[in-house]
Amino acid sequence: MPLHELTAHALHEKLKEREITAQELTEAIYERIAEVEPHVKGYLTLTKDIALEQADRADQGFQNGDEMPPLAGIPIAIKDVICTKGVRTTCGSKILDNFVPPYNATVMTKLHEQGVVMVGKTNMDEFAMGSSTENSAYQITHNPWDLDTIPGGSSGGSAAVVSADTAVCSLGSDTGGSIRQPAALCGVVGMKPTYGRVSRYGLVAFASSLDQIGPFTKDVTDCALLLNAICGSDAMDATSVDVPVPDFTQCLINDVDGLKIGVPKEYFTPALDTEIADNVHAAIAVLEELGATVEEVSLPHTEYAIATYYIIAPAEASANLARYDGVRYGYRNENPENLISMYKKTRSKGFGEEVKRRIMLGTFALSAGYQDAYYKKAQKVRTLIKSDFDAAFEKVDVIATPTSPTPAFKIGERTADPLQMYLSDVMTTPASHAGLPGISVPCGLVKSGLPIGLQLLGAPFAEENVLRVAYTFEQNTEYHQQKPEIQTNGVG
Amino acid sequence: MATITVDGVRHVANLARLEFNDEETAQFTEQLARILDYIGKLNELETDDVPPTSHIHPHQIFILGSEEGARHVAKPDAVKPSYPIEAVLANAPEPEEGYFGVPRVVDRG
Repeated sequence: MPLHELTAHALHEKLKEREITAQELTEAIYERIAEVEPHVKGYLTLTKDIALEQADRADQGFQNGDEMPPLAGIPIAIKDVICTKGVRTTCGSKILDNFVPPYNATVMTKLHEQGVVMVGKTNMDEFAMGSSTENSAYQITHNPWDLDTIPGGSSGGSAAVVSADTAVCSLGSDTGGSIRQPAALCGVVGMKPTYGRVSRYGLVAFASSLDQIGPFTKDVTDCALLLNAICGSDAMDATSVDVPVPDFTQCLINDVDGLKIGVPKEYFTPALDTEIADNVHAAIAVLEELGATVEEVSLPHTEYAIATYYIIAPAEASANLARYDGVRYGYRNENPENLISMYKKTRSKGFGEEVKRRIMLGTFALSAGYQDAYYKKAQKVRTLIKSDFDAAFEKVDVIATPTSPTPAFKIGERTADPLQMYLSDVMTTPASHAGLPGISVPCGLVKSGLPIGLQLLGAPFAEENVLRVAYTFEQNTEYHQQKPEIQTNGVG
Repeated sequence: MATITVDGVRHVANLARLEFNDEETAQFTEQLARILDYIGKLNELETDDVPPTSHIHPHQIFILGSEEGARHVAKPDAVKPSYPIEAVLANAPEPEEGYFGVPRVVDRG
């Protein structure tokens, strides 16, 4: 198997045994990038000089026979919403076109302690607002499985580069499904940890009560390794929670005997794509055969999750994005008449349409006379959604659902209708409201050849259950080994 | 729940420090009205006695003098070095003598 197709844990063995060097691995990844990236367009910035330097450092460690961390020398891609010291961080927005962070996000500091190799920064919907990565101000990322379709979003670049083997793994961020949905659509593993598990310091804020950083990987073992690297409370983020972080590789147990899996009936409506419904039911049956107990559960407020999300997230975003005013960093409109006009012209020209739509929606929901009717109402419904999950987790250990109601859709198909695009998140936003950990693992392909994801959710801080079920499913199926054939001769 | 009018969009745009031409205003009015109409489905739910959730870890208290059993996460008020001015101004569109330059806001009088 070519190096670029291997998992981080397989590569670690080769690096440790000195079969390969991190330099060779890094070169192999950039050769793969030269071959397929012009068609996939998952990266906004490539950092080859830094990568080779980091690879060299890892190689020295391996040569010295040092005890090297599992991610040492592993090429990783970073969503462009995570601050990387000295490396441009755009958030997919023209308003941050020239922004070079003076500091690293806590997750970057942690990854550097592991000795990773940073390949580059990945494309995304502007400020993580979107479900297709079409809202990037820079480029459209193409799904490696079918270049005419979207990779999902908002972390579409981070999902596509792992699927296209132009990175071994990557980091993304998930506010309403922005890791899980693109992972499903690109046929890779993607996980949102419990809200508070990972420090948000240096993650450019979208909706602060929902945002969480998490990994994209080629298998569940790599997912556990990346979680080990990035989780933990942080004095720089008061919302990170000080609970013990287990060694997540210890929950890679190929056994679900005695575990209870809940299947929420509200997720399997007649509107759900039948191929997806059949496929996910088949995946749940696999787990049942392996010894899990499967029972129906009810999450009655599921249908209100999108409406709740599109109040809470834009409201928080409208406050968070007030900082882009052309004063301290980023784009400033030239020759303003006065200060207020500078703010308005800078923001109106610097932000894209979807970001402005959400700022408008959020500002409206928080404005005098409407706050109780919209924002407070949404916060109350959030309580109801969370209570549904609390009740379900009294009875079951893990909840299994489809990750996305449809496979990847065509580029341009939903851009004209914002509401239609918002409904892409119907399977992922409920768990976001409750702050739950959730993973998407590949569970097959539809007839047209596009991947499907199985979403597994756990109670807060019960990542171990989620990983155990995901690992068992993966070890007993071969879906995660399926690879796209990227049409490098096509138009793309 | 109310819907949103063209004047409402202009008012909210001003609050958000955004400006739109007439065509954009019309488009936002139509789109926001449709989204708010969809969001109106929240009114199907009776929530008078439901407390709001602003944060999913209620035991995490952010102020000093926290309730018993809760963990406060305020940092000690200790002096630490801050970023050098050059590093902070490196991203500024118009740095000026160690400050962020902006258009004049006070008349010369």
